[in-house]
Amino acid sequence: MNASILFATTGRILCQLTRDHRTVALVLAVPALLLTLLYYMFESTPVVFDRIAIVMLGVLPFIVMFLITSIAMLRERTSGTLERLLTTPLGKLDLLAGYGIAFGLAAAAQAGVACAVAYWLFDLETAGSIWLVVLVAVVNAVLGVALGLLCSAFARTEFQAVQFMPVVALPQVFLCGLLVPREQMAGWLETVSDFLPLTYAVSALREVGGNSGTTSQMWADLAVVGGVAVAALVLAAGTLRRRTA
Amino acid sequence: MDDAVHVQDLLVDRGGHPVLRGISFTVPRGSVTGLLGPSGCGKTTLIRAVVGVQVVRAGSVRVLGEPAGSRALRRSVRYMTQAPSIYGDLSVAENARYFARLIGLGPAEAAHAVEQVGLADAADQLVGTLSGGQRTRTSLACALVGRPELLVLDEPTVGLDPVLREELWTTFHRMAADGVTLLVSSHVMDEAGRCDQLLLMREGALLADATPTQIRQRAGSDDLEQAFLRLIRTQGLAA
Repeated sequence: MNASILFATTGRILCQLTRDHRTVALVLAVPALLLTLLYYMFESTPVVFDRIAIVMLGVLPFIVMFLITSIAMLRERTSGTLERLLTTPLGKLDLLAGYGIAFGLAAAAQAGVACAVAYWLFDLETAGSIWLVVLVAVVNAVLGVALGLLCSAFARTEFQAVQFMPVVALPQVFLCGLLVPREQMAGWLETVSDFLPLTYAVSALREVGGNSGTTSQMWADLAVVGGVAVAALVLAAGTLRRRTA
Repeated sequence: MDDAVHVQDLLVDRGGHPVLRGISFTVPRGSVTGLLGPSGCGKTTLIRAVVGVQVVRAGSVRVLGEPAGSRALRRSVRYMTQAPSIYGDLSVAENARYFARLIGLGPAEAAHAVEQVGLADAADQLVGTLSGGQRTRTSLACALVGRPELLVLDEPTVGLDPVLREELWTTFHRMAADGVTLLVSSHVMDEAGRCDQLLLMREGALLADATPTQIRQRAGSDDLEQAFLRLIRTQGLAA
């Protein structure tokens, strides 16, 4: 890896992202709007809203960043820029880490807006600090970026790429313990959920929700999410081929 | 080693079909070599093999003394793909600056490359809003940044007006005089006469590897297009 190339690549991706004003507006506003919807759905039972909202603050950035990244990377592949980039001194991890950092920053902005709305407009109450919620949301978004980069290798068209979102994201949302507590699931489903990174992201958010300081459980959960993100980035690097048929 | 490119018995299959059927040639340093032939004859595949992005079945491709595509070449070899491979949501200058930074060069070199392709006035325009010819030139500018050792250009002058083509060919020769090696593909025969060396391709094989003068003499025609057609006919008879 090369710091100057990584910096240039991150800057280039951020520049491209900010050129598209409508996408920027959507990235910043959509999670906040969805939280608004949830708030009015559970207006009479604020306890339920608190429980769902804190999980959504982690899940929504994951889904949004997964989608944006897989499309962005697919564009690099289909426009020929990827082939060209790989004839330059740019390393595969420079490119992938560039995407991770650029979209991670976008996710931080997104999580900031969503948390501000949740805490100050809708009186979300958590025992832990808002900054820990933002931290988990950003790590989770980086996981979405990494999985998006990996999945884009298996899509030839944008139609295929968007289909990977329900395939990768929804089972994780179903099994993370939000809809049915994991202890109440069939044993094999609980085992499956043990292998899904979103399970750990949700667990970390619940730790923040229920404890006033940081807990070792929270850090362990966060480490799992971060570790899977790094592993996915490395696997994605393996899918980038300098030589193709 | 005096040759910039050395290709020996190159075989390439694509989609189960042979695309290059045993090609051998060399490109001398500091020259402009033209790669000509009808559409679908394998020019782009050959170019991809030279820059090291093509999976090959057999044969060797050495560039500047190294195996094609090796790490040592990534700073000195520049590749311009046939379809403009640049970022539509960045400006001309931003594209050139990004590709300059990848090879460790600054904005001054990037601006100079944009000037060389005649886009200085449009430098701040988004590539997505440009005409097809302007996009081609932006893509070319990204390859021209700095001083490459080998410049591999896949149909760089398609869709450009005659004045600009003239200017670009002058630039190519000025670079060659400066020691840069250029391998340029084209399917326009009037550009063939501007090359120092010609590689004529047909159906995945080399028909001729000679100077324009030699080809004119061999075919007995002053017109390169006619000469090329005659070579195809005589080779067809020989086969």
